[in-house]
Amino acid sequence: MQARKRRTTILVGTRKGLFILHGDASREKWRVEGDVPHFLGQIVNHAVMHPATGTIMVAARAGHLGPSVFRSTNAGKSWQEAKQPPAFPARKEAAYGWSVAHVFWLSPGHASEPHVWYAGTSPHGLFRSKDDGVTWQSVDGFNLHPDRLKWLGGAQEAPPDGATLHSINVDPFDANHLFIGMSSGGVFESTDRGKSWAPLNHGCAADFLPDPNALYGHDPHCLRVHPTARDVLYQQNHCGIYKLTGSGARRTWQRIGNNMPKPIGDIGFPLVLHPRKPDTLWVFPMDGTSVWPRVSVGGKPALYCSRDGGASWIKQANGLPTRHGWFTVRRQAMSVDGADKVGVYFGTTSGEMWASFDEGAKWCCLMQHLPQILSVEAVSF
Amino acid sequence: MKVLLPTPLGEFTNGLRELEAKGATVDELLHDLNGRFPGIRFRMVDEQNHIRPHIKIFINAELERSLARPLLDDDEVLVVAALSGG
Repeated sequence: MQARKRRTTILVGTRKGLFILHGDASREKWRVEGDVPHFLGQIVNHAVMHPATGTIMVAARAGHLGPSVFRSTNAGKSWQEAKQPPAFPARKEAAYGWSVAHVFWLSPGHASEPHVWYAGTSPHGLFRSKDDGVTWQSVDGFNLHPDRLKWLGGAQEAPPDGATLHSINVDPFDANHLFIGMSSGGVFESTDRGKSWAPLNHGCAADFLPDPNALYGHDPHCLRVHPTARDVLYQQNHCGIYKLTGSGARRTWQRIGNNMPKPIGDIGFPLVLHPRKPDTLWVFPMDGTSVWPRVSVGGKPALYCSRDGGASWIKQANGLPTRHGWFTVRRQAMSVDGADKVGVYFGTTSGEMWASFDEGAKWCCLMQHLPQILSVEAVSF
Repeated sequence: MKVLLPTPLGEFTNGLRELEAKGATVDELLHDLNGRFPGIRFRMVDEQNHIRPHIKIFINAELERSLARPLLDDDEVLVVAALSGG
């Protein structure tokens, strides 16, 4: 059955504000909303539109005045700051006396709970809103967990280049089942809505840790749970591209990045999944050699697509710069829409928005000269 | 007492940058402001009751880092949002 043609909106979070792009039903014509970005001058780490309610949630760092979350229920015509932004519990004990430096990641809750949202922060913190982002509460099962500091390995740099809690995924088949990624710390899951947590890193490399079989301390860059297929998880990790295999206690990460072309390698930050086909995914490799230049390999940007769950990969660079394209793509700066022929979108560290309307076969540049792009989220409705 | 606020906090006060507020301590003063301009205190003081690193509070031109500092009615409080980075 053909999916109906829908309009697509792209939310582009940048170092200097939020840009909103609107496409027509054919995705041939695009317009940028307004003459100036929303939140001009503010770091927008993430902007997400709820697929059911249309609420837009924005994680913005309000200059030097501390981070916050803003929400719009009228497609960005007006914004309200959260009355109670994500904040750690006030504690006298120094170990718990953390302050949110960045709100870094936002995820809508389970489809059955349209007013629930989750936020990940730096320092690593997890927060939940039950009222569509008006107030945010600490998920104490994580934030006050006695082992939390052990998982993280101590204080680390703040984003956009450093440590954070990201990749909050709610199991589409179970609202109580949560997955998170921590850089560093690893992948963790909770089956009781965040009250308790367990590491989920078996099989994943962590070549920077002394123990090759460590239970935690890994560095997932981007974790994705498939929205319609049960128990399908992929991650782009500091140490390669992985798919979760097996079931129950025997689950293990398999390095599907070993099937990437060797000169390209399997290091990168973003990873996105086809919204309907669980074996189809895209990555954007970067130069992860020596000092980690964090640029496209050889200055020749290219995506790689797998249509068989990572057993093989196809280079997709038609339309992208063939040389001197020294940018890369941050972990939440790549997205897909829900169209029949899936659109794939990414924003670069050099401020360009790229799109493909045929699942990566051809690429075109939608916008140039933006500030550094930190996040891209496409929504079809 | 007289309070002077920096430009970035003007979004909470409808652009008002010079106003009168009351409180026996810096903390009480900021709570007084927050009662009239909800959310403004959290932009100056984080969840652990620490003045944010880029906020400087001067009492009669003297830098103050403690929320417990006592205030007098004729004190002048200047809040500065320090900018950094390029």
